[in-house]
Amino acid sequence: MTILTHLQRLEAESIHIMREVVATCDNPVMLYSIGKDSSVMLHLAMKAFYPSKLPFPLMHVDTTWKFREMIEFRERFVAENDLDLIVHINAQGVEQGIGPFSHGSAVHTDVMKTQGLKQALDKYGFDAAFGGARRDEEKSRAKERIFSFRSAQHRWDPKNQRPELWNIYNNRIQKGESMRVFPLSNWTELDIWQYIHLENIPIVPLYLAAMRPVVTRDGMLVMVDDDRMPLLPGEEPEMKMVRFRTLGCYPLTGAVESTATTLPEIIQEMLLTKTSERQGRAIDKDANSSMEQKKQEGYF
Amino acid sequence: MTKKSYEVQQSEQIANDIEGYLHEQEHKSFLRFITCGSVDDGKSTLIGRLLYDSKLIFEDQLADLESDSKKIGTQGGDLDFALLVDGLAAEREQGITIDVAYRFFATDKRKFIVADTPGHEQYTRNMATGASSADVAVILIDARKGVLTQTRRHSYIVNLLGIRHVIVAINKMDLVDYSGKVFDDIEQEYSEFATSLNFESITFVPLSALKGDNIMDASTRMDWYAGPTLMTVLETIEVSRQSAENPFRLPVQWVNRPNLDFRGFSGTIASGTVKPGDSVIALPSGKTSRVKSIVTYDGEWDQAVADQAVTLTLEDEIDVSRGDVLAEIDQRPASTDQFQAHIIWMHDQPLLPGRPYLIKTTNKTVAGEVTELKYKVNINSLEHEAGKTLELNEVGVCNLSLDEAIVFDSYDDNPVLGAFIMIDKITNVTVAAGMIDFGLRRATNVHWQAVDVHKDARASQKRQKPVVLWFTGLSASGKSTIANLVEKKLHVRGKHTYLLDGDNVRHGLNKDLGFVDADRVENIRRVGEVSKLMIDAGLIVLTAFISPFCAERRMVRDMMEEGEFIEVFVDTPIEICEQRDPKGLYKKARSGEIKNFTGFDSPYEPPERADIHLHTGNMTAEEAADAVIARIEEQYLSSQL
Repeated sequence: MTILTHLQRLEAESIHIMREVVATCDNPVMLYSIGKDSSVMLHLAMKAFYPSKLPFPLMHVDTTWKFREMIEFRERFVAENDLDLIVHINAQGVEQGIGPFSHGSAVHTDVMKTQGLKQALDKYGFDAAFGGARRDEEKSRAKERIFSFRSAQHRWDPKNQRPELWNIYNNRIQKGESMRVFPLSNWTELDIWQYIHLENIPIVPLYLAAMRPVVTRDGMLVMVDDDRMPLLPGEEPEMKMVRFRTLGCYPLTGAVESTATTLPEIIQEMLLTKTSERQGRAIDKDANSSMEQKKQEGYF
Repeated sequence: MTKKSYEVQQSEQIANDIEGYLHEQEHKSFLRFITCGSVDDGKSTLIGRLLYDSKLIFEDQLADLESDSKKIGTQGGDLDFALLVDGLAAEREQGITIDVAYRFFATDKRKFIVADTPGHEQYTRNMATGASSADVAVILIDARKGVLTQTRRHSYIVNLLGIRHVIVAINKMDLVDYSGKVFDDIEQEYSEFATSLNFESITFVPLSALKGDNIMDASTRMDWYAGPTLMTVLETIEVSRQSAENPFRLPVQWVNRPNLDFRGFSGTIASGTVKPGDSVIALPSGKTSRVKSIVTYDGEWDQAVADQAVTLTLEDEIDVSRGDVLAEIDQRPASTDQFQAHIIWMHDQPLLPGRPYLIKTTNKTVAGEVTELKYKVNINSLEHEAGKTLELNEVGVCNLSLDEAIVFDSYDDNPVLGAFIMIDKITNVTVAAGMIDFGLRRATNVHWQAVDVHKDARASQKRQKPVVLWFTGLSASGKSTIANLVEKKLHVRGKHTYLLDGDNVRHGLNKDLGFVDADRVENIRRVGEVSKLMIDAGLIVLTAFISPFCAERRMVRDMMEEGEFIEVFVDTPIEICEQRDPKGLYKKARSGEIKNFTGFDSPYEPPERADIHLHTGNMTAEEAADAVIARIEEQYLSSQL
């Protein structure tokens, strides 16, 4: 009797979740952030529906402040795999000139990401949106359902979640309401890296160490990705061997100094360091429960 | 090997041979377990301790934990491990865990997913949720308190959900001076209680989550205990995954049709093994074929096993769709529209037998109802009790009847094909979890008698289109008066009618029913069925019932064909009804003489989109009756019919 490995079980569970959405929802979409988790989710989706094409579009909510390499990767990957991609940018936010340097991380994330996402979901009338969040990432995510109900205002009510038993998912909604679906709920960061390694899944090169221009600001290594970044008096970009543990808006995503240039080296580094993944993200630092608050407001 | 040397060795391996390390990681075994116990038994502390001791706490999290422990900790500034796992802001403040949370950790032998489930009585549904996907349950007992009501309740529920291996962790041994006698007494008491359950193994471990005794390392303070530590039990417990040896079943989840030449059936194998060439039967159709190929993104496979998500193609073009099951021909699952099941009720609104709900199995959603609540199980004493409804967190044994047949195995034989959830049709929330015991034979044996003179023939002879005019509204709103006038007007025009009146029906057909919610539902169900027979006879039926619940009015609408049900909302404000009060009922309700009176202590749910809405405040009964006639004139009464 074949005994399935841990990763084979996780893979099967994720595929089951995606098929359930496609079999029962009218208008699903996959939120694609270009990060490693999104890459794994997309890879699993291609497995789930093979030999059919992906039966839903991908959607990237672009804050216009993503690393340039992320956008290049997105364009190339979508073209090579003949995928249907929607890119949504909050036009009002752009008009108002919202950005992380001028308005701070909180306003920027709210307007360009949270509001942008809500706009896009409303515009296309999606009734289910896949997201790549994992339960091991953060405390409030550990309690979220795989099929997570959102009100017509996109709010999550953590105290009023539907019980979720076995692999029977209740995705029934009224018009205007929607579901966020998290096929990677039960994966850990190590599982994700291991799977990328085993399956040779392409990822953005920023995850690997290279010489990059950075400045140190508020204890965070910020990469100077384009000339929109105003340098403070005394700041001088220097070339350092760095990589990124998570990817987001470049001014809000701290680099770590590293020499890991291969996947096994990344995993090795991850296992031997003692700093959790989200620490590189400026948005989590405000208050300890800030992620839960953002989620209630509709942040993924 | 001691823990320290293992850590050092692991770090060395990671540093020197990362490829080898990854390969080992890939082949680790895997265990899902739940922790359950009463409030303050220390579940969160235990899980926090497991995460901490297996080095899953990162430095920044540890810094947070230290500052939080000083700020809001309950351990006098010492590390409060519970704060690591109590995620939601609200529960941090209240100091309790209020929902199911999933945690991940690994040792050198196994990977674990743990469901942290609450001990509060009102949140038992969350525990059932956690138990539904677990292989093992860790039941915590506070050494000072022993076996409590909740301990029995949680043990019963994990047993009901099919968990066969239990670890009883007797915690807070530090607070009973590490007494062996306390441990022995609890072990004996629990063992006696558990004889009534179906556990294959029960392991007792004395520990202190707070101090770390017998978690990872054997305690030095309990020499009288020679057994394994909690972690050793978790790492070594053998859980039989019987689904591998069971006969093959693939519940078809999605039909994969990229083009006209390819037709694949996708789903997750519920049990057994499948190979190309195997004969299979599609149920419920009963058509047979052979497996042509197992198609995956990674190429065709020569075998697939339970829990794998695959796509099969068949040799023959047989009709298979979502909701069907592909199975071994000589060991096939049954198909039925009526069965007995255990149900755990998970919602504030009680179960009402007769009310239609949606039943969702692993791959199919159908409408259905509980036809009979046979008994409730008192999950503290395990005794059977009579009851008409199930309240939140109650367990009952019921007969269910579905609108369409499903393919199933009993939950004991095959949890995937024996499990279902119940969904409220209006609010869409999950209200119950169910486990099928067995199918009921009468479903397959009672057939509808086909007759030659049918509804259309009877109706056209009467030169009318049969319909039910369903008057709903508060007591004394004028339903009977208006319905009576409408019937008179129809009669004068030569139409064949029948008026079913609430009070009259309760003298005969429904005289065994009272006014509690369950009886109100049954009352309406019977009236619906009688109306349906009368429609079949070609009659225009008028009914005058308060019929306070949306769900039952919808149930009756669903019994009829399209266009045969017209909902007439007699919308009279309760103040006016109370002024009229022809039967003196409002007076009695006010004085408390009558219970469950609609509008007082029993709710009225007004129709959201009535077909005819009569605002009786500004029209006479005569005008209201004319409005009803005008509305149905063309479609139902025309002499052209």
